[in-house]
Amino acid sequence: MSLEYLLPLLMLFGINTILSSSLNVINGYCGLFSMGHAGFFAIGAYASAIVTRDLIPAMALSSPTTALVLACVIAMLVTGLVGYLVGFPCLRLAGDYLAIATVGFGEIIRIVIMNTDFLGAQTGIPAIPGITKLWHVAAAVALTLWLINNLMRSSFGRAILSVREDEIAAQAMGINVRFYKTFSFVVGALFAGLAGALFAHMAQFISPNNFTFIISAQILLMIVIGGLGSQLGAVLGAFLVTFLPEALRFNQTLSENRMLFFSLMMIVMMLWQPKGMIGIFSRFLDRKEAPKS
Amino acid sequence: MSLLKVDDLTIRFGGLVAVNKFCFEINQGELIGLIGPNGAGKTTCFNMLTGVYVPTSGKIEFDGSEIQGIKPHRISARGASRTFQNIRLFKEMTAIENLLVAMHSERGYNLFEAILKLPSYRKREIALREKALGILRAVGLEKAAEIEAGSLPYGEQRKLEIARALATGPKLLLLDEPAAGMNPTETAELSNYIRNIRDQFKVTILLIEHDMSLVMKICERIYVLDYGELIASGLPKEIQNNPRVIEAYLGGAIGEEAHV
Repeated sequence: MSLEYLLPLLMLFGINTILSSSLNVINGYCGLFSMGHAGFFAIGAYASAIVTRDLIPAMALSSPTTALVLACVIAMLVTGLVGYLVGFPCLRLAGDYLAIATVGFGEIIRIVIMNTDFLGAQTGIPAIPGITKLWHVAAAVALTLWLINNLMRSSFGRAILSVREDEIAAQAMGINVRFYKTFSFVVGALFAGLAGALFAHMAQFISPNNFTFIISAQILLMIVIGGLGSQLGAVLGAFLVTFLPEALRFNQTLSENRMLFFSLMMIVMMLWQPKGMIGIFSRFLDRKEAPKS
Repeated sequence: MSLLKVDDLTIRFGGLVAVNKFCFEINQGELIGLIGPNGAGKTTCFNMLTGVYVPTSGKIEFDGSEIQGIKPHRISARGASRTFQNIRLFKEMTAIENLLVAMHSERGYNLFEAILKLPSYRKREIALREKALGILRAVGLEKAAEIEAGSLPYGEQRKLEIARALATGPKLLLLDEPAAGMNPTETAELSNYIRNIRDQFKVTILLIEHDMSLVMKICERIYVLDYGELIASGLPKEIQNNPRVIEAYLGGAIGEEAHV
């Protein structure tokens, strides 16, 4: 296995990890069924590409790391803002209705981009400086996981969890449910924006086809396979969804039908292991600990 | 001194008047019972007091200000906390985390201190846990602190819900059928428990209950609702012998089950 083959794959794994752990804040921790994560991913990618293409093209050549950091920060801010604007009205909806609204949001983003000449319309944005290095991705992943982990261990994280557990009880205990729904939505959007920025400067070319509904479904798949509401599960899910298709490459039929394979996996997981891969591990651990008590 | 004063509280769901011109008053430190047959409007009344429902008309004055129509989390912040008829714990969180959620407003650190794990955050977090553990200890649940709330035995879940309501630091505690599903021994234990809480935490308690032994034993005054109307109020003894109450519960004729 050559390095040229492995390197982009590792970067993709990192980007997928950021995507899955950010969606995990919304779906896993806050219990909001969001299916438009590719929309935020797209906004991050486009916002950052415009920054390095139009605002600081010279800097992208002279000091790429600084330029990338700048692009990431701006992408995150833009995505976070959109997350707020979308979340504020959408989060009045609950359950299935919210899921449908977020599917719509993801598609709207894609279609708007497709019809905006400034954003390259259907042809996309070519020749984005390829300044994302593996260590950038690794640092971004570490930062994302650390920040989300700290958030979830704090009182703010507990407030988010309480909304998932029981909205009525959370309200009665003084938690502003609408605020924390919007808050977790914005946090999820922010980090999806970061993933988008890293992706744009790795792929060097982005088009609306990179951000279809299938991508949203794939991110959702990662956290469902890994285990909803578990950070380790989100990483595990990202790993599987990134590398499993590669493992299937030896056989063309299997490789071409990998989505079928994924769907099957999702159904099996939902039926027998709703807590995901992480659920299997923790059950194993529980069994080991059981004799003590 | 009056802590809660309710005037002409009314709520209509379409054509149904669930609570009609209900007036009552609770003084600081009292332990009051609210009873009535099923469907009398007791829980609806609780839902209005805690902001879940907005009353159609009437006035709720709590601790010196009007609270009708205010959002539930704001009412909680003003010092009215409740439990639920069908237990609503945060099941997948541990017992102590359940209390910590209720203590969110007194966390004493901001978002940046938290996500960067600054020393000020750690210090506050330790203090919060200490305080939550203190409340658990006071209600005899300290051993359950690190156990998921959903896997606690039923009786302990009831107690934990009361402890969680106490963790918000309330002036008024609203208990919705705390003895539901308990056997006579557990109920007897619960009555001591509720009295202890009132004395230890210096709270005023309003309690909905079907179990008459509990209500008659611990409540200082009782209000009786039937079909949304106040039909009697007074000392437990007076209520026990009130013909209208007996009629409401037993239907006027010979009842199959003597509740009173």
